[in-house]
Amino acid sequence: MSDTKKDSTYTVPIGPIHPALKEPVMFTFQINGEVVESVDFSPGQTHRGIEWMGMRRNPAQIVHLTDRICGICGVTHSICFARAVEQIMDIQVPERGDYIRTIVAELERIQSHLLWAGVAAHELGFDSLFHLAWRVREESMDVIELITGNRVNYGIVQVGGVRRDIVEEQFPRIQQCLTYYRDLADKLLHLFLHDRTIMMRCRDTGVLSYEDALHLCVVGPTARASGVRKDVRVDYPYCAYGDLSIDPVLPDQLLDEIRGDVYDRIVVRVLEVVQSVDIIQQCLDNMPPGEITWEQKIAKLLLAFKKAKGEAVGRHEAPRGEALHYVKMTGRESPYAWKVKASSYSNLISWPVMLKGEQIADIPIIVASIDPCLSCTDRVAIVRDGERSILSKEELHRLSVEKTRRLQHG
Amino acid sequence: MKPAPLTPQEIVEHFRSTFGEGIEEAVIRERTEGVKKLPNYNIWITVRQDLLKPAIQTLIDISFPHLAVISGVDIAEQIELLYTFTIYFGVKHGEYTLTIKILVPKSDPRVPTISDLMPGAVFTEREKQEMLGIEVVGIPDPRRLFLPDDFPEGIYPWRKDEKGIPESMIKNLWEVKRPKDRPAPPLPEKPSTKECSMECADPLEPKTPAKEVKKE
Repeated sequence: MSDTKKDSTYTVPIGPIHPALKEPVMFTFQINGEVVESVDFSPGQTHRGIEWMGMRRNPAQIVHLTDRICGICGVTHSICFARAVEQIMDIQVPERGDYIRTIVAELERIQSHLLWAGVAAHELGFDSLFHLAWRVREESMDVIELITGNRVNYGIVQVGGVRRDIVEEQFPRIQQCLTYYRDLADKLLHLFLHDRTIMMRCRDTGVLSYEDALHLCVVGPTARASGVRKDVRVDYPYCAYGDLSIDPVLPDQLLDEIRGDVYDRIVVRVLEVVQSVDIIQQCLDNMPPGEITWEQKIAKLLLAFKKAKGEAVGRHEAPRGEALHYVKMTGRESPYAWKVKASSYSNLISWPVMLKGEQIADIPIIVASIDPCLSCTDRVAIVRDGERSILSKEELHRLSVEKTRRLQHG
Repeated sequence: MKPAPLTPQEIVEHFRSTFGEGIEEAVIRERTEGVKKLPNYNIWITVRQDLLKPAIQTLIDISFPHLAVISGVDIAEQIELLYTFTIYFGVKHGEYTLTIKILVPKSDPRVPTISDLMPGAVFTEREKQEMLGIEVVGIPDPRRLFLPDDFPEGIYPWRKDEKGIPESMIKNLWEVKRPKDRPAPPLPEKPSTKECSMECADPLEPKTPAKEVKKE
């Protein structure tokens, strides 16, 4: 930093740790007045070395480790990893297993998007909507619990299939959940998309252009909100998705144009909740009978792992975008190499572009808009003219709420 | 927009005709899932180390790909770098993954940056530098990504040789005892009877029921 005018740029570090984040991030903002001039960030503040652990375990153990990579996408990483190992072993998952994986993955998308919608509303100071979103989210959590036995860390996926069947008695309850969300869809769309406050705060905020989204290789709703037609479920037939009639959700499905701003990201996510309901309905209607796993006996699975040689990538469209696992096995029981690419890994890089030129009060909603689990603005230290003061997350949140109030009354 | 998308075979042919001997290996793997058994394709192409950037340029000329991740594997004298792309996204059921693989000798672990072609690659290139000890020549941002600043220099967690994580850095959870410098716990600690069984259970050596398996 040069010793230029006193009122010039100052540095605002934010982070690094927030317990709610799977990837705590340290931000350094260059701020001029209220405007963000540039952003730098360093993730990995609590790199856990999961891949290192995995290479010392066998795949039947790793699928339970992958459940714990993320607290929200509990099934995403397990599907990716299991699919990679299944390709190496050259085994087929029974059709019913594919369908159950798809149903759980879509229920997960519903709960993840509603969780995000609540967080977004909270960041804007719209707490009644936050409470509503989290209340209706419980319905999907209940059904996930019914199917897998757990609200998080489902433990449903095993290499070669799934560990629990969806039995006939469970169908009415799942159906009830789908009806619940179908009835709610109009209300959610109305509340999130036609609200004046959300419109004011999110329209043209944190814009990511189509070119930037393409070249920075972002994924998921972040990419689709900028007009990049990229959805692994549609592009690449895997699990049951190849059988279904689905199309990628882009904001122009509802609006006239694609602007790639925070508002568009809300549109995509809310519409995807509706889409997930439809996908689950299609799966329930066409559920094939039969086995749910390639091999139930763990001992036989372990023997098969010892024979597995080769490498593969397993992919899945997580709620936040494409997740990818690269696995290499060399005839030992545990993988020789394993690389986890989560969706946020691809999306974080878009923050500097989105945040540039925005106001401090908009930081929380823009940071949250790519859904990095939660805003990581735990503690903010402002360094101004060599003096250092600490801003809490609450303080930043207050700034954001105040801006909403100003806009409402101004 | 380009006319009709190429088939996986045509993509491999295109690479072979462009680079000839530079393509060391090219494999197309087809897999089917679900009831309709629609095929999905994974293409794996191994190219000579110096052809990495021309190969990626060729891919960009076909259709701008999405860079998913660069993976790296330590295989004895060499490091395998796998650039996993997806191509033709947006075409329903038409996307392929395409992995360009190069082998980098450990004696000269240097690769050119591809961030001039794919700006989104910086992130994953930074990770390869810190995790595998690869030098990415020309990278716009050479800092560490995931490893903390106080992590020792010259140790690369993904290496499987003497530069990997040494035994002294590994902290096993079951060996960690209660710290000595803390106030007494609200309830007196029971003499740990479990200690023995905990130490015996080595998670790295899962007790495989080998006998049962051999009956097969």
